[in-house]
Amino acid sequence: MFADPLKSICEDPLERGWIWISLILAFFMAGMLGFYAVSNNINPPSNVETIDSSRLHLTEEFAEDNLGVTTNADGSLTVTLVAARYGFYPPVIEVPVDTPVIFRMASADVLHGVHVPFTNMTTMVVPGYISEVRTSFPRSGEYSLLCNEYCGLGHDSMWSRLVVTEKSSAGETS
Amino acid sequence: MNQATTLAGDAAGIGLTGTNRSSTIGADAAGIGLASMWVGFIAFAVAALLGFYQVIERIDLIPELKSPELYFGSVSTHGVLMAFVLTTFLVMGYGYYTATTSLKQELWNKPLAWFGFWLAVIGVLLAAVPLLTGNASVLYTFYPPLMAHPAFYIGATLLVVGSWVWCLEMVMMMTTWKKAHPGETVPLAMYGTTANAILWFITSLGVASEVLFQLIPWSLGIIDTVDVGLARTLFSWTLHAIVYFWLFPAYIALYTLLPKAAGGRLFSDQMGRVAFILLLVFSVPIGFHHLYMDPFQAAGWKFLHMMGTFMVAVPTLITGFTIIASLEIAGKLRGGKGLFGWIAALPWGNPMVLAALLALLMLTFGGFGGMINASYAMNTMVHNTQWVTGHFHLIFGGTTVIMYFAIAYTLWPKMTGRQLYSTGMAVKQLWLWFIGMLILTLPWHQLGLAGQPRRISSTPYDESFVQAWLPAESAMIVGGAILFISALMLVYNLFRTHGNAQAEASLEVEYAEPLHAIQRMPHLMNSFGFWVLLVIVYMVASYGYPIAQFFLMDTYGTVPWSI
Repeated sequence: MFADPLKSICEDPLERGWIWISLILAFFMAGMLGFYAVSNNINPPSNVETIDSSRLHLTEEFAEDNLGVTTNADGSLTVTLVAARYGFYPPVIEVPVDTPVIFRMASADVLHGVHVPFTNMTTMVVPGYISEVRTSFPRSGEYSLLCNEYCGLGHDSMWSRLVVTEKSSAGETS
Repeated sequence: MNQATTLAGDAAGIGLTGTNRSSTIGADAAGIGLASMWVGFIAFAVAALLGFYQVIERIDLIPELKSPELYFGSVSTHGVLMAFVLTTFLVMGYGYYTATTSLKQELWNKPLAWFGFWLAVIGVLLAAVPLLTGNASVLYTFYPPLMAHPAFYIGATLLVVGSWVWCLEMVMMMTTWKKAHPGETVPLAMYGTTANAILWFITSLGVASEVLFQLIPWSLGIIDTVDVGLARTLFSWTLHAIVYFWLFPAYIALYTLLPKAAGGRLFSDQMGRVAFILLLVFSVPIGFHHLYMDPFQAAGWKFLHMMGTFMVAVPTLITGFTIIASLEIAGKLRGGKGLFGWIAALPWGNPMVLAALLALLMLTFGGFGGMINASYAMNTMVHNTQWVTGHFHLIFGGTTVIMYFAIAYTLWPKMTGRQLYSTGMAVKQLWLWFIGMLILTLPWHQLGLAGQPRRISSTPYDESFVQAWLPAESAMIVGGAILFISALMLVYNLFRTHGNAQAEASLEVEYAEPLHAIQRMPHLMNSFGFWVLLVIVYMVASYGYPIAQFFLMDTYGTVPWSI
């Protein structure tokens, strides 16, 4: 018979049973998340890439003329955005539905966050670092891009637009 | 008469006057216990008032009230008072009193303990000046590169250093007691208190490094820039385990004060120790679940921290079992029959029992939300939304703080020698706190799912959002008002207890007896050496490279920004 390793610390069989349930629960939940992280590549945005936030305008990627949507060779889109008090630049972004989108974002000043409610597009935007989010939008419509991290007294009004267009118009833009 | 002034004078003078003390050894710490807890509860009352103002301001109901300066100053002060001042002073006061009464031993070094207390008080007063004048509206999480006045950082540091004195006192008291009582088992209440002291010391090193090496030199102009990634990583070291520092007194009260109050016994002394040890080991090296959405840390590290985050749920699940089993014993001893009959048989009119039951309920609700926040992937949907605010108000403002009330109602009569001014008022106060907290936090969860960001002072967003948010936003005003009234009732009741003519019959604190008498406690459950070593190894593994990387790669610091 298999000896319960918990027996040395816990005499009550009922309580031992409960501890086993707790342990299995914890491992099961973490295991599920691990499974999806590996099999479906569901991970939070975790890009380790530095940039000098005080010189964004002098870099090629985040220079004012290069911001916005660009199409990559494989058909995916790259959206380059700058977060600065109190707005996202460029202020309106248009992307087609069901298309892989890579957001590349940098802050020109303080800590910001971005969240597009009802989608999984969210990341912190930290001065000194480039944030990268890879996602796609399954439903077309007008979305709001909200700053979700306190960035100063005007924080509330820091938001802009994301328009997800039907596939047909996607052909025209690209 | 100005009640606030009287209370402040009371808090300052109480340790020095020292009347009504019994001859029991526990009374040695009654002065510092009362003084510390009064500082905590005065901070709490002020913070509750600010909270009430914030829920009104936030909804844009009264346009005249609208002021981001005032709102973010208020949010910063509310956070500092609730999360740093109430908690630290309550933990210290309760800890000193628990140590002397459970060990039946005098304070290790009384003048040093008072020195730590005054250092912490001076720190709070120093930080209060920039906070109240709008020069530290950087929220209690500091948020560099927003820069506050240096007095804010220095004040916060003094508060932490003052609390380190308490850590030292607790460790020394347990050590000297063990020397004087070889082979005996450290009482569970003291074992938990010492675990918390060690936990807090290790935990606070993260934020202490951030403040001492980055923020203070930066705010004084000694260094020009800070690496925000490093600052946030160091803060995350503190940010999760600090909530267990706050929660520990609640658990200690559940394990060691509740069973007697309910008229029963503690189901298992040993499992209490296991829970405290697990909290100590697993709560510090898991701070990256606060950084899931941050760049600058790779996904693998976040995943490692998530594993630990789920493990830290285990001691809470164990606690839930042990406490409910202890309550069942009490209910059955009181004549409760059947599977659920014992619940009705519990003494619901006893503040400790009522608070514990309500705390467990809120812990259950909050725990569900916490699992979602902890999930590496699902957190994406709720990160930095009002959902998170709802979650921690349930777990901290609900579960933890309601147990602080119960601790106060139980210990005030012991510490002052006077009976509680009104038990009826205490019971009503606890119910109001519970109801107010649910009305406040359940709608906040809904707002979060509907996309509302946290930390906003108004809602100048797309009309479709604002309309959808309105009902839940209105509910939170009602919740805030109820909570404010409840907070005033607590302070009034405790204040009036000092002048109560009726003396408390016995000043002995009644600690729970375990169901099965302790035969021989394994060494590992009666000491901390091995566990501290384990925490250090675990910390090096989970924070070593993530901190070192900032020194290995080319990083760019950030200059200070005003709010």
